[in-house]
Amino acid sequence: MTKTIDHIRNFSIVAHIDHGKSTLADRLIQSTGTLSEREMKEQVLDSMDIERERGITIKAQTVRLLYKAKDGKEYTLNLIDTPGHVDFAYEVSRSLAACEGSLLVVDASQGVEAQTLANVYQAIDNNHEIVPVLNKIDLPAAEPDRIRQQIEDVIGLDASDAVLVSAKTGLGIDEVLEAIVHRLPAPKGDIDQPLKALLVDSWYDAYLGVMVLVRVIDGRMKKGQRIKMMGTGAVYDIDRIGVMTPSLLLKDELMPGEIGVITASIKEVADTRVGDTITDDRKPCATALPGFKPAQPVVFCGLFPIDAADFEDLRTAMGKLRLNDASFSFEMETSAALGFGFRCGFLGLLHLEIIQERLEREFDLDLIATAPSVVYRLTLTNGDEKELHNPVDMPDVVKIDEIAEPWIRATIMTPDDYLGAILKLCQDRRGIQVDLSYVGNRAMVVYDLPLNEVVFDFYDRLKSVSKGYASFDYHLTDYKTGDLVKMQILVNAEPVDALSILVHRSQAEKRGRAMCEKLKDMIPQHMFQIPIQAAIGGKVIARETIRALRKDVTAKCYGGDVTRKRKLLEKQKEGKKRMRQFGKVEIPQEAFIAALKMND
Amino acid sequence: MPDGGFGVYVHWPFCQSKCPYCDFNSHVRHRPVDQPRFVNAFRSEAAWFARQTGGLPVQSIFFGGGTPSLMLPDTVGAIIDSIASNWTLLPDAEITLEANPSSVEASRFAGYRDAGVNRVSIGVQALNDPDLKRLGRLHNVAEARAAIAVAQRLFDRHSFDLIYARPGQTAADWERELDEACRMAGGHLSAYQLTIEPDTVFASLHAAGKLEVPPPDEAAALYELTQEVTARHDMPAYEISNHARPGHESRHNLVYWRYGRYAGLGPGAHSRIDGKGHVLGLSAERHPERWLEQVERQGVGTVFEEKLGPVEQGDEYLLMGLRLREGIDPDRYRAISGRGLDRRRVADLVENDMVEHLPSGRLRATPAGFSVLDAVIADLAADPF
Repeated sequence: MTKTIDHIRNFSIVAHIDHGKSTLADRLIQSTGTLSEREMKEQVLDSMDIERERGITIKAQTVRLLYKAKDGKEYTLNLIDTPGHVDFAYEVSRSLAACEGSLLVVDASQGVEAQTLANVYQAIDNNHEIVPVLNKIDLPAAEPDRIRQQIEDVIGLDASDAVLVSAKTGLGIDEVLEAIVHRLPAPKGDIDQPLKALLVDSWYDAYLGVMVLVRVIDGRMKKGQRIKMMGTGAVYDIDRIGVMTPSLLLKDELMPGEIGVITASIKEVADTRVGDTITDDRKPCATALPGFKPAQPVVFCGLFPIDAADFEDLRTAMGKLRLNDASFSFEMETSAALGFGFRCGFLGLLHLEIIQERLEREFDLDLIATAPSVVYRLTLTNGDEKELHNPVDMPDVVKIDEIAEPWIRATIMTPDDYLGAILKLCQDRRGIQVDLSYVGNRAMVVYDLPLNEVVFDFYDRLKSVSKGYASFDYHLTDYKTGDLVKMQILVNAEPVDALSILVHRSQAEKRGRAMCEKLKDMIPQHMFQIPIQAAIGGKVIARETIRALRKDVTAKCYGGDVTRKRKLLEKQKEGKKRMRQFGKVEIPQEAFIAALKMND
Repeated sequence: MPDGGFGVYVHWPFCQSKCPYCDFNSHVRHRPVDQPRFVNAFRSEAAWFARQTGGLPVQSIFFGGGTPSLMLPDTVGAIIDSIASNWTLLPDAEITLEANPSSVEASRFAGYRDAGVNRVSIGVQALNDPDLKRLGRLHNVAEARAAIAVAQRLFDRHSFDLIYARPGQTAADWERELDEACRMAGGHLSAYQLTIEPDTVFASLHAAGKLEVPPPDEAAALYELTQEVTARHDMPAYEISNHARPGHESRHNLVYWRYGRYAGLGPGAHSRIDGKGHVLGLSAERHPERWLEQVERQGVGTVFEEKLGPVEQGDEYLLMGLRLREGIDPDRYRAISGRGLDRRRVADLVENDMVEHLPSGRLRATPAGFSVLDAVIADLAADPF
């Protein structure tokens, strides 16, 4: 039986991290009987270990729920779960484009946070109908009236009929389902028109190959149909068609308004373009959908195997991860210090961290990551323009006319108490204040900041100065010229390429000093004195010295002691394996990361 | 005879009281120790080890502890006899016994000589009474002098130990004390820098901030001073902490440092004996009475056994051999470890004046290298660049 389009509701959930989005999704799945008690587990839509451990969603997931409403009719509810973190904002935008409405989940005691704002504005931009949901209503600290008012004040959304729920206890879940049915609009579409469908997402499944998530706008999508991707021009025959429940349930066709999955012997995820329009090859639709901007990597760093013998394994592992994550890019790189590795592009620092962690865990590799860098745009004196992903590749300064760096607009929400420290942090990072307003005792600050000041440890610092209470979101705005210089670190007079960074001249001395101090702490004493210098061009701007080792000898060593001594020596040898040789100095790999973190 | 020779170590695990700096396997008993029962156990172990090694010639026996001078001379004699009957005791074998300098113990020196001991090593530790007290020693300086005099009269070869870099000790104090010690010494003197070992009384005091030891710079200066003073008295270091006039080196300790083979008898003793295609590292139960029971049951007190392959043997050869002024033989290192020393690491160490090549082809630490020997060894033992 095919239900009419009137009985379909497509929706997303937008929320700040920790406000209970995944738990609410779990409850909706459970109370519609989509999964049995036996199949149910926490964060059921987050399939990666790393998502469960960190309590975050990285990859959007979709699930079809069948709900028999109080009006006696059965509705098909398609939920697309979305990531909350800024790095994955592009995943949010494509999910929102496939839906007509959103649940806005807000913690009833914490209130609106920066990510809530960013995501809800995206939903509004997509013409979504929005149902506010106040979660964690069972907690003693819950203040639904105050938070309702806050939603109205900050977002400008009428929250008087917000649904009060506790996703933990299950309270109010039926009301949420009824609100989805009655307050969100049904999709529109014409079954008699030629096929027009939105390519929402694609991923690689070890058994089924490339799977494509689609939202049908007009017409029908059928098994065996020859389809055409309007953007790339590629033509495929549909092998399988189905819906996610959340496992794949095969069907014969998808109707307008439906969200489903197809497979079509597509080799790589990279062959599909998210946002593309899918149509019938023989009877194409007249116009394509507007599509999305592709996600561009904004942060780059080098990843090198600690053991040079792991290089090929690293290449294979990265290829496998890329099958599923086309937003991650890599190309081979050689470093005098670190040997063979890859220069990799990421959507943000969390994305970087997650890819690195997945490479280390899922593929059992030990990696060194070099200083994260943003993409600079160079204008050369001969008029050429050049993108710079790696400070090592910077041309001679005399050939550079100007350097432009990416800027972001950051929104930070914080309890009043931490505002001073946060303003100072933003000022120290060359921020320009755009706005500062209050909602109750929470302040909302908007700053324009250079991304290169944010990629190192801004987020860590923000959490630390606000004791974890401030929330942060950003989007890229534009490129601006800046007085940027390349700073090198010399250890025992040898430049360490992996530690070169581009830095604003005004920040150079402070950063240089901080890096030298860190390295002094991290590099063990050697048998000779080691100068550590930060330099711009030939000019030294900061210096530290590691004194030579004076005394390191076991006074008494008889036969009996030799086993214990050997065990200690074996540990030292292991430690040396994890060090990198620069000239005559051995630098522990932790030093690379530590050197780049700043203690403001 | 294995490279580096073969010796037998005998551990007597009892002391009258535990010194606060000591982490050796020593135990205090308030009832008399059943020495004949221990003798039987030592005999069993000697027989067990001799079956493993075959009848090697023994070039040295060393009674260590604990406090071996708490043994009755008859006990010592019975153990020496048992070693002689299980292996071949060389006529010029060095037989050393560690002794405390109390008058009671010194009075037993003659008995030890009659039992076959030909060298004593006396735990003097300091030549001033307040420091002796702080180190938890039960003797005073007068007794120490007397004991050394007795040893002088009875033995051709004898030695005593000192501990320096003591809490509050100045360079001038140490220079005076060491100078006096060199004048009193026979042919051999050991000067150990105080180190805070884990699980000792000193370690707890140190952790609580109640015991200060000299910082690395001062410790290094005291070490250099030690080399100067002993050299003045013609007693240069032949090992990091051991000084001797030519011919008076401890032959037993040279077995360890030249990475020879040794059988260790007694509670907690370690051994290195040849296995089939490897070296066996053995160690015994540390607790005296449990060791005794195990030996009575099984004939040997071994509780830990490890087959040492080329890498482990190479590491041990470096750890031991580089402590000696004569250094190591790179060809022997290659033969043991299956790989040569890394040329670049050696070259860097030579450039930094940490090691030097001798005309004989041997490699040894320079005076600067001895001060940071643990780091030098870690470099040489590390994988090649």
